Amino acid sequence: MTPEIPKRKWLSKSGQTITFAIVLALLSLLAFGLAKASNGPVESGMAPDFTLTGYDGRTVSLSQLRGQVVIVNFWASWCPPCREEAAYLEQTWRKYQGQGVVFIGVDWVDTQKEALAYIKEFDITYINGPDLRTIIADAYNIKGVPETFYVAKNGELRGVQIGPLQSPVLDQKIEELLSETYP
Amino acid sequence: MVRKLLVILAIATAVLFAGIIAAKAQGKVPTDDEVNAVAKKLYCPVCPNTPLDVCETKACQDWRAQIRDELSAGWSEQQILDYFVAQYGERVLAEPQRKGFSSLVWMLPVIAVLFGVVIVWQVLRGWQSGRSRAPVNPPDPNISPETLARIEEELKEMK
Amino acid sequence: MLADIGLFATAFAFLLSVYATIFSILGGLRERHAWVKSARNATLLVFPLLTLAVLMLVYLLYTLDFSIAYVADVSSQAMSPFLRITALWGGQQGSVLFWAWLMSGFVAAVLLRKWQRDREFMPYVIAVTMLTTAFFIGLVVFITNPFARLWHVTGAQDLITSVLQPANSMPYIPADGGGLNPLLRHFGMVGHPPTTYLGFTGFIIPFAFAIAALITGKARDDEWIRTTRRWTLVAWIFLTIGLVLGGRWAYDVLGWGGFWGWDPVENAMLMPWLTGTAFLHSVMMAEKRGMLKVWSMVLIILTYSLSLFGTFITRTGVIGSVHAFAKSALGPAFFLFIGLTFLGSISLLFSRLKTLKSEHRVESFVSREAAFLVQNMLFLAITFAVFWGTIFPMISELVTGTKITVGPPYFRQVTGPLFAALLLLMSIAPFFSWHKQTLPNLLRAILFPLLSSFVGAGIWGYLHRMHPSSIFALWIASFVLSAILYEFWKGIRARMTSRQENPLTALVNLFRRNHGRYGGYLIHLGVIMIALGFIGDSYFKQETQGTVSAGESLALGGYSLRYDGIRGYQGSDGRDIVEASLSLFQGDQALRSLSPRRDFFTVQQQPTTIPAVYSTLGEDVYVLLVDWNNQDMSTATFKVFLNPLINWTWLGAIIMVLGTVIAAWHSNQQEASYVLKTVALAPETGD
Repeated sequence: MTPEIPKRKWLSKSGQTITFAIVLALLSLLAFGLAKASNGPVESGMAPDFTLTGYDGRTVSLSQLRGQVVIVNFWASWCPPCREEAAYLEQTWRKYQGQGVVFIGVDWVDTQKEALAYIKEFDITYINGPDLRTIIADAYNIKGVPETFYVAKNGELRGVQIGPLQSPVLDQKIEELLSETYP
Repeated sequence: MVRKLLVILAIATAVLFAGIIAAKAQGKVPTDDEVNAVAKKLYCPVCPNTPLDVCETKACQDWRAQIRDELSAGWSEQQILDYFVAQYGERVLAEPQRKGFSSLVWMLPVIAVLFGVVIVWQVLRGWQSGRSRAPVNPPDPNISPETLARIEEELKEMK
Repeated sequence: MLADIGLFATAFAFLLSVYATIFSILGGLRERHAWVKSARNATLLVFPLLTLAVLMLVYLLYTLDFSIAYVADVSSQAMSPFLRITALWGGQQGSVLFWAWLMSGFVAAVLLRKWQRDREFMPYVIAVTMLTTAFFIGLVVFITNPFARLWHVTGAQDLITSVLQPANSMPYIPADGGGLNPLLRHFGMVGHPPTTYLGFTGFIIPFAFAIAALITGKARDDEWIRTTRRWTLVAWIFLTIGLVLGGRWAYDVLGWGGFWGWDPVENAMLMPWLTGTAFLHSVMMAEKRGMLKVWSMVLIILTYSLSLFGTFITRTGVIGSVHAFAKSALGPAFFLFIGLTFLGSISLLFSRLKTLKSEHRVESFVSREAAFLVQNMLFLAITFAVFWGTIFPMISELVTGTKITVGPPYFRQVTGPLFAALLLLMSIAPFFSWHKQTLPNLLRAILFPLLSSFVGAGIWGYLHRMHPSSIFALWIASFVLSAILYEFWKGIRARMTSRQENPLTALVNLFRRNHGRYGGYLIHLGVIMIALGFIGDSYFKQETQGTVSAGESLALGGYSLRYDGIRGYQGSDGRDIVEASLSLFQGDQALRSLSPRRDFFTVQQQPTTIPAVYSTLGEDVYVLLVDWNNQDMSTATFKVFLNPLINWTWLGAIIMVLGTVIAAWHSNQQEASYVLKTVALAPETGD
């Protein structure tokens, strides 16, 4: 009765396939987003490698520190809980300095002025540098600051401390990591 | 005598100009509005979806202070924006860049609109191409609202 | 005890909704009427059961029973009774229960009213609605249960929230609760979530009927549209109100001087509204002209899916937002449900395409049918732009690894022109006839409004000659206004001459005689008023910020604000308040004093900034206390916004509600005149 109108073309087989494809693509995207949102900070496997240029000009690269215990601490000058642990971190660094332990402070979305003031206030001597473009923070999937990652001598992650560190947790962890032996 | 005076005047004017230029180069303290104008184009790197001129956290205050310092050092707005991107990543920009992968966010709606225009065209043509079932009397444009109202009234009374 | 009652009520409701789903489908497929009837009874029971559960939870909140984890989370000693009750939807668990409750209410109402008339649809309507309700109640029972308690397991550091008691644990009852998020302690909390949820859940009714029509093969008729027309209007107006209240709330509390931020959660609510509005219009065409049937189906599926998507984003934190609830375990379940709903409905649609043939034809590109089509396309284009901008950050992260932000500048630039086109269309479309509109007729019809719009734009343009880019927007607004007012004027004049009625009676009778048309005009009038608010916000907004000491003033756009003083004091529900006082002047004339303040909630350690606002029809003067000198309180920093035309938005929303109520009003007489008009008269102004 009524002739085939061009509109039907859009609803034809190919149109349907395309529609399904788009819907499935969208659902996959949502699944990805969901997975990403529920992921916590990286806790196991090899610690993601990074290179950091400190405020004082020193450079450090995680992969070159193989054989040493590395404590990677994410902080920011505007973060009150970070201040709680700052003194303890520096103290522990000085205690284990030279025993094969390296401390790296990664400054997360901070301003240079405030960061330098913070470093001066707590007299921090281990290397601290800005996380340019938040590449390192993204690699470790941090959800906030402060977060401290423990890296064993062979480069593997041994867990993360979310929130400020309190004595003697860090000391114990370092002892644990130092005593690790590999066959 | 007059010539000496003119020379002094010329030197004084030159010094004055130099002073003004020097002062401008050092930068007056930028007003809050000028800082906000730049901050408007940025988003807080930490808080979700909060423009930098609105955000009230300490971190945002630090960043606005940074903008203020950079403005008084004579940086242009673009330089400040580029610096923030280099420091904190692209997500700090309120408006996605028009190059690279982000260009897709701008292009697709345009393509969608064009696509829509094509569809509308096709559908309208399809509607037109089928001959009408029965000739519909074109409405008489000369029926005045008054007549209409009267017809309506009578129809209503008929009910 | 009471919590247990609530628990059992929800569990029982869940079982009933599963039962109803199964037996309605089986009853429909096997044509066993007794089963369908049984399913219906089960469905009707769900609403009272959930009402009981909600009442229990409200009571627990009101009496501050902190043994219940949810109460401890969202309530606190310092909160007023009023706030304690609204805390029902203040957190994830309570709001999902609230959602399920509202949905079951809608379903029960529809079953009671439509049972006789739409027998053949009923099995599948019940199936669709009960499947969805079962999902949401299932979330409540199994994943985010508001009746869960707090337990302390001996030796463990953290507390456990659970319905059932874990081994080796004791109940834990905190001394005080966390309290409602400070930003939620505002009258907007009363209005915004309930109306938004009513809007979202209301759309399940037309959706269920559409699916039922597809399944029973009756999609060709407009029965499903006619049946659900009023329900659609109800859902739509609630969603509209929800959007406006959300905007008003943001304006009052969030302290950035605007009411729409293109935040992902705001967009999530806007998208179903856009497609819902398109749907409202396309069903008009499906009913009157038998066209756009497939399209109407697509639109309602899209609208409903987008509302599910909207609540998914809000509740699972997939896209970060200031609005979102704290992350929860809902994600995977929700994701599956959305996937199933969307894939299921389009599969069904595709398989039933043959039953959806269109009937009518048009003679001209320039006709009301064409106008409807273009309008629908514009709505869809805007929806796509908003959707794309909202999900693009996720895509960017997936593909390139870098996170980007798609903010207001994007949405303004992309949707602005499309909205402008839509408004323009809104003004001239009523002048198009069905079938065919000749150009001379059209021009004659719109001549008067067009001319007055030029005059209007000229005046406005002169007043705002500092902003030449705004003239086009203002012209469109004037045009729409003139067109609508002209329509009213013509109608009033007709009645005055033919029936000797006075203008007021004529106006009232215009509405009474033709709800749909004049109600619709009123709604459009409301829309253009809201658009005015947006135009003011986009083009004429001014702001300034400055630090002043006592006696100094800040100036903005003809106003000046003199800083008088500042003081601190303790507020009612656990907050410390710092309040500044300013005197507002316009030129030399003193207008009033304003007191912007900063509240600090000691328990949550969270500040909120409360603006002081001076409102007139033309503009708002909006003042925020940004900072103050803590040592000696000598200076303070203020941010001042001048928001022209913003109050037109709130007024426009009220007009829209009024128009919708009129348009939805039940009228027998309307049916008769509608039939006559479409068949015989089709007057020059179209119908």
